[in-house]
Amino acid sequence: MTALLLSGIGHAYLGRTVLDGVDLTVSAGEIIALVGPSGCGKSTLVHIAAGILEPLRGRVLARYARHGMVFQEPRLMPWATARENIAYPLRIAGIGRKARQARALAAARRVSLDESDLEKFPVELSGGMRQRVAIARALVLNPDFVFFDEPFTALDVALRRRMQDLVIAAAGEAGFAALFVTHDLFEAARIAHRIAVMDPRGWGISGERVIPGVPGRRSDRDVFEQVARYLSEDALFRHVNDVDERRLA
Amino acid sequence: MTGIMAALAMRTGRAGRFIWSSWAGLSALFLFCALWQAGHEAYGSFILPSPLATSHSVLQLAGERANWLIACTTVGRALAGFLIASLAGIAAGVLAGYSAAALRLARPLVTLLLGVPPIAWIVLAMIWFGSTNGMVVTTVIIAAVPLAFVGAAEGVMTRDRGLDDMARAFGADAWVRFSTLALRHVGAHVFPALVLALGTAFKVAVMAEVLANAGGVGGGLARARSNLDVSEALAWVLIAVIALIAVEYGLIRPVHAEVERWREAARPWGIKR
Ligand SMILES: Nc1ncnc2c1ncn2[C@@H]1O[C@H](COP(=O)(O)OP(=O)(O)O)[C@@H](O)[C@H]1O
Ligand SMILES: [Mg+2]
Repeated sequence: MTALLLSGIGHAYLGRTVLDGVDLTVSAGEIIALVGPSGCGKSTLVHIAAGILEPLRGRVLARYARHGMVFQEPRLMPWATARENIAYPLRIAGIGRKARQARALAAARRVSLDESDLEKFPVELSGGMRQRVAIARALVLNPDFVFFDEPFTALDVALRRRMQDLVIAAAGEAGFAALFVTHDLFEAARIAHRIAVMDPRGWGISGERVIPGVPGRRSDRDVFEQVARYLSEDALFRHVNDVDERRLA
Repeated sequence: MTGIMAALAMRTGRAGRFIWSSWAGLSALFLFCALWQAGHEAYGSFILPSPLATSHSVLQLAGERANWLIACTTVGRALAGFLIASLAGIAAGVLAGYSAAALRLARPLVTLLLGVPPIAWIVLAMIWFGSTNGMVVTTVIIAAVPLAFVGAAEGVMTRDRGLDDMARAFGADAWVRFSTLALRHVGAHVFPALVLALGTAFKVAVMAEVLANAGGVGGGLARARSNLDVSEALAWVLIAVIALIAVEYGLIRPVHAEVERWREAARPWGIKR
């Protein structure tokens, strides 16, 4: 069953085309990692898929009920406590204050946030805790689809690993589908069922690979060897680590 | 219950810290009084009455009910002008912040309003309205509107687009984004402008009253001048300053502290729970 269907997506900023003819399908309960060099248009694609941007061309067909989203930066409201931040999607949905409190607490538990941290403001939390709050916010509506736009790039290695485990566990528990943007192949190979590689110029998806095994059950060794194989033997991944600084925003 | 207690404790703590930090302000005040006294001793009572004599005059003025009404007249005019100017300025500023074209249109107007000295407006308003309430309030509005306008417009323009996108991703329509994100940001941004506008409102109100002999504190000041009663004139000035401080710290600062609780939490000695 298809959860998300992107067909012929194209977009331009101020007349400069950054995406053209992108087709991508995500099945229900499936996690797809979208990789590609910086500046190739991954964020733009995810913003279009999540309804933040209107695509210039193409169609977005969402067959899921609700989505959540985690951005590269936590994007928390600085004036609101962690609890209010987590509950923000509930507020948008018009859910009453009492119910919001309880559901925010439940979402916080899912990402191992302490109840005592919920009354703190974002400035009082560490970077990792802020991103936990952002993940809790994405999960608070019990979405069946979650967009992740390089959510852990700013975190250090140990923290990143813990956050990946958290996402893997949450996905296993709730069974949501996800489009997970990353430019870290190890992250992709740990979290996802399938990897889609984007063309360096944003002209469509260059190719896709199903990653052997199930997320959460792959050993570190499996992941490492898989990534090494991709990089050394598979032409599809040749440009993934390219960086063209002129194209960066 | 415990929540209420904690909230109370936090606010008491805030007031306590405020009083503590005002020691520095008080010592500056005493230094000012010392200089004033020195000036008095150098030039004599006629030119500059001593701080003590002036405070006697203040007490004397404060002893009469009629003078309270006079002070209230000025406070009322300044506040009325300030409130109207804030509402109009913020509303227009928000609109201009969202529309680049409107802002381009408004920019020269703002420069004009800010550039013309209040005294010119006072003369014009005197011609238009005579020495009435409306004349003072109008002058105050004209002087205070651009401040609120610029603060609000800049607030809208500097809002965090990332938060806007986040809200959009969770399905927020334009109204929800405006009321939960933009308004909040504008509030924080416009606040210092409002403090400035309030001070301007008082100054301009008194100035207009002096010039037009339109009653209020300015009227008292004008009368003291024609009687060459310097200590009474100084006393009126002091009363205007006290009224301004009372409004600022009794009304505006507490509201600000309440909305900006998170900024306090960012400080090393902020609320830690
Ligand atoms: N708001 C914008 N205005 C103009 N150009 C943009 C904007 N956002 C992104 N771009 C440009 O679009 C291209 C794709 O950006 P982005 O989708 O952020 O790439 P990625 O997420 O893969 O790094 C980049 O060249 C970037 O400079
Ligand atoms: Mg990006």
